Amino acid sequence: MKLTGAQALIKSLEAQGVEVIFGLPGGAILPVYDPIIDSPIRHILVRHEQGAGHAAEGYAHVTGKPGVMMVTSGPAATNIVTPLADAYMDSVPVVCITGQVGTGSIGTDAFQEADTTGITMSITKHNWLVTDPADIPSVIAQAFHVATTGRPGPVLVDIPKDVSNGLMEWYWPEDPAAGLPGYRPTLKGHPRMIKEAAKLICDASRPVIYAGGGIIRSGASGLLRSLAELTGAPVTTTLMARGAFPDSHPLALGMPGMHGNYAAVTAMQKADLLITLGARFDDRVTGRVDAFAPLAKVVHVDVDPAELGKVRRADVPIVGDCSLVLEELVEAVRAEWQRRGENSRVDLSPWMAEIRSWQQRYPLRYEPTEEGSPLKPQFVVERLRELNGPETIVVSGVGQHQMWASQYWRFENPNTWVNSGGLGTMGFAVPAAIGAKVGRPGATVWAIDGDGCFQMTAQELVTATAERIPIKVAILNNAYLGMVRQWQEMFYDQRYSEVYLSPDLPDYVMWAEAMGCVGIRVESPDQVDVAIQKANSIDDRPVVVEFRTDAREMVYPMVPAGASNDDIVVGPTQGEGGH
Amino acid sequence: MADQQRRHILSVLVENRSGVLARVAGLFSRRGYNIFSLAVAPTDDERFSRITVVVDVESAPLEQIVKQLHKLVNVLKITELDPSDAVERELLMASVTASATTRGQVTELVAIFGGTVVDVGPEHLTVCLADEPRRLDDFEELIRPFGIVELQRSGQLALAKLETRAPRLRRVSDRSA
Repeated sequence: MKLTGAQALIKSLEAQGVEVIFGLPGGAILPVYDPIIDSPIRHILVRHEQGAGHAAEGYAHVTGKPGVMMVTSGPAATNIVTPLADAYMDSVPVVCITGQVGTGSIGTDAFQEADTTGITMSITKHNWLVTDPADIPSVIAQAFHVATTGRPGPVLVDIPKDVSNGLMEWYWPEDPAAGLPGYRPTLKGHPRMIKEAAKLICDASRPVIYAGGGIIRSGASGLLRSLAELTGAPVTTTLMARGAFPDSHPLALGMPGMHGNYAAVTAMQKADLLITLGARFDDRVTGRVDAFAPLAKVVHVDVDPAELGKVRRADVPIVGDCSLVLEELVEAVRAEWQRRGENSRVDLSPWMAEIRSWQQRYPLRYEPTEEGSPLKPQFVVERLRELNGPETIVVSGVGQHQMWASQYWRFENPNTWVNSGGLGTMGFAVPAAIGAKVGRPGATVWAIDGDGCFQMTAQELVTATAERIPIKVAILNNAYLGMVRQWQEMFYDQRYSEVYLSPDLPDYVMWAEAMGCVGIRVESPDQVDVAIQKANSIDDRPVVVEFRTDAREMVYPMVPAGASNDDIVVGPTQGEGGH
Repeated sequence: MADQQRRHILSVLVENRSGVLARVAGLFSRRGYNIFSLAVAPTDDERFSRITVVVDVESAPLEQIVKQLHKLVNVLKITELDPSDAVERELLMASVTASATTRGQVTELVAIFGGTVVDVGPEHLTVCLADEPRRLDDFEELIRPFGIVELQRSGQLALAKLETRAPRLRRVSDRSA
């Protein structure tokens, strides 16, 4: 069967099981947009290419399946660089198809030409420039294979216009890995290392499980729970792992790190063993590295060998997929206890009692709203949480609102928390929420966004309205670039430089309505529940609820950048302005 | 020449396709490390090329770069060659001023080093020498007074010595230790 390269591309995506493409057409990708008309694949037309990228990420976050984005060459490709970098940092499996100028024009500064594979080389797991239409099926199969196996990540396939117009004989490769002799991810942990890890776990009297995003990517939440319940070790879930372990579980400590809660941060500092699962000792978790968890031995499980020993030396490094390793590790711990005799089990109750005392002494807290003063952002998140079930998908941008959402929401399920962790991409929430809702149309999707973030990508609400994707957006409008303001308040003597945004400009309600959404403004505590309930009752269009929140509110606890986690500041009353 | 402890020879087996060299080089350049020398050519199997790269990097960051190199989809195998366990060769070509009075001295020097004269002009000779990089340094010093018009070195090649089996990455101390 003779097909054009463009037809082969769409047929390859169908063969790969793709349900939806987020994209925006243009000159060099024109041939590929023609067969889309006849394909069962849904195409969602975004208003800016960055939106396509984040939407594909949101889709991948909640479904675990690869998200697909498709845009044209040049400026479209450069516009999608940010989502690719974001997906690379957070190990999100996405496949990006870009159009390219004809092979004869590459390198001539042709109209809308950019060196797409060169630009994205360091922010993709791999990329391909296709120069022969006959290569399209095998490259697409390889691209999906690379994006979804090992440590997941973004891949990009750049297709020149003459290649998508050219003819090829259709085929579908049986083994996508056949053309990838240098790509063999290690998935199964080394049995001897797993035994060593089990020994350390059985020796430990102050163990902490440090669970990272790898648990979610590998679908290992259930096994994480098995390990925690078997060993009795408490579990911290990093920003990328919120939802990997239920917050309601007695062993859940919540989020560690710069804005983690006191008990989670301190338990890691005092631990004698960190059971690190799919986490990477990010600087936002460790604080000053040489002062991080100084007493702890480290078991480190990661599918990416480059993460082992990158920041912190591991006593027992295990290369492997979290699910496969945890399955073995649970068995190895049982076997180790059997070998030692059941009454050799170390009593963890003194350790848990200590942790409980920290939890009681230093819970997350904030001063409630006073009569007539602006809303507390934490209160808004709490009400959103209470009026929505734990099945709700929560999406956030980057900044204070993100930290409050991660702190005050109670996550019970994996893949219900979608955010930009590693890259810290402002403007992530609205398009990512669209992708999440497309991936899980039955779920309620709430984007908890900041006013600064919202202004970066809000136009994608036009996409949401046009494509009937009824997401809900809560803007915590404090009229500031709040996190930057917080740092200026704490570390720059309250000299506020270029952080004021104004509460009224733009008018968020009018803006939302102009984009076909329902817009609601909330200024006092008594309006909060009513507004959330109204938003929850609307299912035929997107809803934007603007909450006017207190600009003076800061995110606590906080470990100042570069400080030791022992120097955690729990609240504004501890030292003036947190100093 | 870089300090011996910081000088590392990596032998990287890669797929022989466009863009691979840029991917490999990018892992060094993004961290601000300079590649000291580089030699790339297909192996006996034309699907693959071998990149021999000499870098001036501390051991700890090198370990991370090597791990990142392993992650490149087009990279099949990486070997770090300890200079004491490897045979190293580099090619040098130089056009040297060689008038009637000095021509004899130049050819004698080339002969002592086991090199050859590959081109002859009225006032110049182009000479060629393949040897260990340090011997090339010596030759370069000695030939310089005659007047070097142009000089090009190939970058170093290295293979493991036959008696050393299965060269492996050397252990390096951990940064956080």
